[in-house]
Amino acid sequence: MSSTTLWTVVIGASIGNYLLKLAGLSVPPRVLERPLIRRTVELIPAALLAALAAVNAFTSEGALVVDFRLAALAAAALALALRAPFIVVLLVAGGVGALGSLVAG
Amino acid sequence: MVRDGVSLGTAVGLYGVAFGAVGSALLLGTRNAIYGLRLTDLLSDRGWRRVAAAHWVIDETTAITVRERGLELSRLAFLSSGASLFLSWNLTTVAGALGAASFGPALQAALESVVPAAFLALLWPRLARGADLLREQRIVALGGAGIAVALTPVLPPGMQIVAAGLAVLLAVRTVGSPGPEGSRRPEHPQANRHE
Repeated sequence: MSSTTLWTVVIGASIGNYLLKLAGLSVPPRVLERPLIRRTVELIPAALLAALAAVNAFTSEGALVVDFRLAALAAAALALALRAPFIVVLLVAGGVGALGSLVAG
Repeated sequence: MVRDGVSLGTAVGLYGVAFGAVGSALLLGTRNAIYGLRLTDLLSDRGWRRVAAAHWVIDETTAITVRERGLELSRLAFLSSGASLFLSWNLTTVAGALGAASFGPALQAALESVVPAAFLALLWPRLARGADLLREQRIVALGGAGIAVALTPVLPPGMQIVAAGLAVLLAVRTVGSPGPEGSRRPEHPQANRHE
């Protein structure tokens, strides 16, 4: 990809993504007052956050992969269950992942 | 809460380093429109404030913002998580551009491990005892994770995350009647309307 094409893609994607965000914020609150829509909107972040966690833990370049990230995610879940603060959870996951890759690799 | 926002920003900036795909950006971004729906009455911004707020709508700020009770706390959560994320995202992107290629394999493994852990940590409060719509949230989270992983080999990058949103339909359909415990929802939505 030439540098000009690359920058066109980056800037075009940036503008498009910004407009998507603005569109979401601009839906009239009246629409969101309907109970079914309200409940659906309330549940959507759980679906997407779980998907982001799972895809980042169990896939690599479009293929399903089980590796050190599984151990790291399990350690993070344990830390969360023990009510560890956010930053501790991340340090635990990073440490276990690094160790796991050394052991496996 | 502010401290959470700061450490969150530090952590998720690392995600910015790792994330280089450009072509799938718009597909990935469609979820931010959905997050905007969730945030619109919490922020209730108009005019230029809405135009400014839109830039900071993303997974992390949404998760932090909707966790707070009350409009003022929600707004503070959005601003603090948005500001710390904005700073650390851009600083670590520069750091990544300058030096990520020289990271050793162990450090790269640590970075790759932190990303799913960060999303799990953002998800966790929705699945913990006492959360609103607890049963539905759990069904939706499991369903969303399953759908996304299963579809990863066959969809362009980013689309499987959007497809995971279908898990909500699963929960809305299977949990038809109010559960014995945990799930709270308006029983008679018309009862408090005075029209």
